Amino acid sequence: MKRAKDWMPGLLLTAPSLIALAVFVYGFIGWNFRISLTDWKALSPDFNFIGLKNYRDLLIDERFKIDIKNSLVFTIVFMIACLLLGLLLAILLDQKMKFEGLFRSVYLLPMAISFIVTGVVWRWLMNPATDDRISGLNLLFTKVGLDGLVNQWHLTPNWGMAGIALPAVWQMAGYTMALFLAGIRSIPEELREAARVDGASEFRIYRHVILPQLRPIALSAVVILGHISLKVFDLIIAIAGKQLALDVPAIYMWQTSFDAYNFGKGATLATYILFSVAIVIIPYLIFTMRQERRS
Amino acid sequence: MKSRKSKLFGAIAIAASIALTATGCSSDEGSNASGQVEVFSWWTGGGEEAGLNALVEVFKSEYPDVEFVNAAVAGGAGTNARAVLATRLQAGEAPDSFQGHAGAELMDYITAGQLEDLSFLYDEEGWRDVMPATLLPLITVDGKIYSVPVNIHRANVMWANPKVLADNGIAMPGSWDEFFAAADKLKAAGIIPLALGEQWTQLHLFETVLLGVLGTDAYNGLWDGSTGWDSAEVKGALDTFKKVLTYTNSDAASLSWQDASKLVIDGKAAFNIMGDWAEGYFRVDNSLVEQEGYTWAPAPGTAGTFQFLSDSFTLPVGAKNRDAAIAWLKVAGSAAGQDAFNVKKGSIPARNDSDKAIYPPYLQSAMDDWGSNKIAGSLTHGVTASNAWKAEIDTALGLFLQNKDVAKFQAALATAATNAGK
Repeated sequence: MKRAKDWMPGLLLTAPSLIALAVFVYGFIGWNFRISLTDWKALSPDFNFIGLKNYRDLLIDERFKIDIKNSLVFTIVFMIACLLLGLLLAILLDQKMKFEGLFRSVYLLPMAISFIVTGVVWRWLMNPATDDRISGLNLLFTKVGLDGLVNQWHLTPNWGMAGIALPAVWQMAGYTMALFLAGIRSIPEELREAARVDGASEFRIYRHVILPQLRPIALSAVVILGHISLKVFDLIIAIAGKQLALDVPAIYMWQTSFDAYNFGKGATLATYILFSVAIVIIPYLIFTMRQERRS
Repeated sequence: MKSRKSKLFGAIAIAASIALTATGCSSDEGSNASGQVEVFSWWTGGGEEAGLNALVEVFKSEYPDVEFVNAAVAGGAGTNARAVLATRLQAGEAPDSFQGHAGAELMDYITAGQLEDLSFLYDEEGWRDVMPATLLPLITVDGKIYSVPVNIHRANVMWANPKVLADNGIAMPGSWDEFFAAADKLKAAGIIPLALGEQWTQLHLFETVLLGVLGTDAYNGLWDGSTGWDSAEVKGALDTFKKVLTYTNSDAASLSWQDASKLVIDGKAAFNIMGDWAEGYFRVDNSLVEQEGYTWAPAPGTAGTFQFLSDSFTLPVGAKNRDAAIAWLKVAGSAAGQDAFNVKKGSIPARNDSDKAIYPPYLQSAMDDWGSNKIAGSLTHGVTASNAWKAEIDTALGLFLQNKDVAKFQAALATAATNAGK
């Protein structure tokens, strides 16, 4: 048993943030869950308990099905594109090139911009108008003779969410690159030299020496990108406003709560979003905690 | 040593910031007692802000001792403002007066007991005599009136480019069938027949099609339950709406209402359906002259009907400066206040005794129509349906825009009406 003198100051100093965390994070998660079990449908609170009815209703809700599909399309396109592009950029920057610092900053810079700003700019770039009103990227494509690339972007039927994912990839690929680059740099140079001595080509060195060691980094990247994509809201609002073709659970939650004042259903949607993010985050937390304990 | 010092410093900083926020709260409450009126709206730009400022000038000249506090929250049609307002009302931090669309949109506040009955103001100020007899029943709930309308906009207006019409030998369509005939010609000539914008403008188009096909009485019946949403007439309207959509621009979802109007101005589209705030956009923002740069008519099938929406101000229960708020409402309902506001905002006054001569020609004709036409309320702009009902219709419309399935759309609309208790 340690003496109080040893642990007391530490506990006292962290107590304010622990209490704040307990109230403002876990307390509100609990409060939100409680509201999701009510049929509160007006401006004034109404805690009429209806069990899991809101959850059951959502399962057969047509709009919610579209939301889940949109969320999945966005997440898959966004994550795969970010990981591949990030890895590619990291490997290119690893070639001991000139001005590496400059390029690193250039690729990383979009991350410093808010999704709203990105959204507004890309709304112009991804202008879907055709013929004599053509503009943005489509205009650029026709000017350089790549007419085949002209497309409807985020208004493409069924695959509009992939268009929304483009600006998100532009913004986060540099960050993924930074993660991978840090990972590559932490691999001891001796390993590569040993592989070279054994006669491995540069490609095989990356394939069999570097990539396998980047697995923990890739996992971190998946978790960070995954929770961003499952919660995406501002980017879509900035590019497309509120329209059902590009609806995601977060927008549905906003409209249900604040346009229709159906707080019970809104809280249910919020719980769903929390749950979907938890599916990604919790295994990762368990994994890293085990790893830390081991080392 | 160093680390302990920085920890101590951090603790002091936290304590200090907590103390600061605490005192911040208490000083706020103290200062509100003196003559102030905090008015909440979503008028933050263009003619709307100019109108509000003009109204504030009238207020200041009549009540020089009261300080006006503008608590406007930006965001089209109040979508952001309403969320902020809901939070403030729930926290018991009501503004002294807030803007809302007159009609069913205010029902949520009324049933929550958050608004005061303003009938006494109507009696004191004689507003029952000067506000149109067609308007008062639409804003009366159980014999009580909870808001003061400051303006009237018309929703069922079809705008057109006169040059495009002349070049293609077509007139303003009086019915949707005439529109389809004209639209086929335009399509063949490579012109977009009907310019359309993002989803709320599509809801706006939808309500004018409903009104045009069903007629005024059946349309009004949709909202009190006397017209069934599952009826054959409504199906006819939905079929027409589906056909109308085939004559619109493919990039509608990426355009604002101004972008859609601009297509008409530039001659790339012939028609556009939008509320009469578009008139200010044509005349003021683009310096066009009526009949040369733009022309208008009631939306197809709606001649003789004025589909309206109205901005109004309210008195929340528990307003901190109730007397000042009542003073504000008196100015908002006065002839001087309404004229100052509406000339700038580009809408017509809710009162029928204002000075017609100071308004531009379009608004003068709108005033005539407002006085003589049948009246119907706008769905998109909060007159006919509660927020929850409107949100359900909006979702049903969004799904329809995806699958273009009329039967499903109609079923969803009928369900929405049932959920709303009609």
